[in-house]
Amino acid sequence: MIKQRACAGTLESSDIYVEVAPAAAGSGLALDITSVVFAQFGEEIERVIRETLQDLEIADADVRVSDRGAVDCTIRARVETAVRRGKGEE
Amino acid sequence: MRRSMLFLPGNSPNILLNANFLGSDSIILDLEDAVAPTEKDSARILVRNAIQSLGYTKEIIVRINPIDSPYWKKDLETIVAVKPDMIMPTKVSGAEDIKTIAAYIGKLEDELGLEQGKIKLIPLIETALGVERAFEIASADPRVTCIFLGGEDFTADLRCVRTKPGNEIFYARSRMVVAARAAGVEVMDTPWTDVEDYEGLIEDAKLAKSLGFSGKASISPRHIPFINEVFSPTEAEIQYAKDVMETIEKAKAEGKGVVSLRGKMIDAPIVNRARQVLETAEAIKEGR
Repeated sequence: MIKQRACAGTLESSDIYVEVAPAAAGSGLALDITSVVFAQFGEEIERVIRETLQDLEIADADVRVSDRGAVDCTIRARVETAVRRGKGEE
Repeated sequence: MRRSMLFLPGNSPNILLNANFLGSDSIILDLEDAVAPTEKDSARILVRNAIQSLGYTKEIIVRINPIDSPYWKKDLETIVAVKPDMIMPTKVSGAEDIKTIAAYIGKLEDELGLEQGKIKLIPLIETALGVERAFEIASADPRVTCIFLGGEDFTADLRCVRTKPGNEIFYARSRMVVAARAAGVEVMDTPWTDVEDYEGLIEDAKLAKSLGFSGKASISPRHIPFINEVFSPTEAEIQYAKDVMETIEKAKAEGKGVVSLRGKMIDAPIVNRARQVLETAEAIKEGR
């Protein structure tokens, strides 16, 4: 469960900035995605973020990302880092 | 074959994407000095994912944080799972440091069901105490297959200035080479830190090679072609090595005990050296 607002990543090229915030139990995931390649890869970015959150067992959260053309493994890394920080693990 | 190894910051996605294409024989993904304390978590997760997903074909080395920092265990807990070729422990000052790190890697390999001992160690020796104990570090654990001199921190520890001629690290370089060869491991030289001075780099690399170093680290991709060239056998060296092997084979067939080539007696060290040259040339050809 996300306990606190947290962020990870940067706005540099090939990176992605991810911010997570707590949400009420049962409210689900609210995703706000902006990307320099949204037209081509918006759906794919959303799929990777949702998959990563699911793997981390996050069902409720407000997630805002600003993508600068990150590949999947970077998206996963930044989402995981933000979630761990949000859980207070780091 | 490890003529060159290139340091890359562990928290830069753009650089990690290109790591495989920068020409070095080995890539060092850095979790230590290149990463701010507030980003250690971020870097280790990114490096783990990069190794897992980007299909690197070069030798992958992960530089972890020192054993007296709060980070080294988490570094290993995150990274061992993706089986890098090597871990580079930092500020190693004795065999105990290596034994502690090797034991922790072994424990993680066990828990993860990985083959024991597959991940090797390349200790970064960068203190006066470390240099004095280089042999015991090099022979502390079978995982150690190479040692590496870090000239910048070492000279700071000596309280002297790091200069381009490098007289201040001459003893450390020689000591490291002797320790490594005595322990039967490879040895890598400190990076040349002036990114624009290629002539200085070439001279420095030639000096390191002449002392017996296997190769040299770098902090700049632009240094890599020069380092690779210095640490590759020349055409003349390869031809001489071939001639040595031919001469020795011919002598064997003819039942001769002692032979000479170009007026010089060929003995066991010359044959060994020729074999090493040909093996290195072959490895370069095959991109190993």
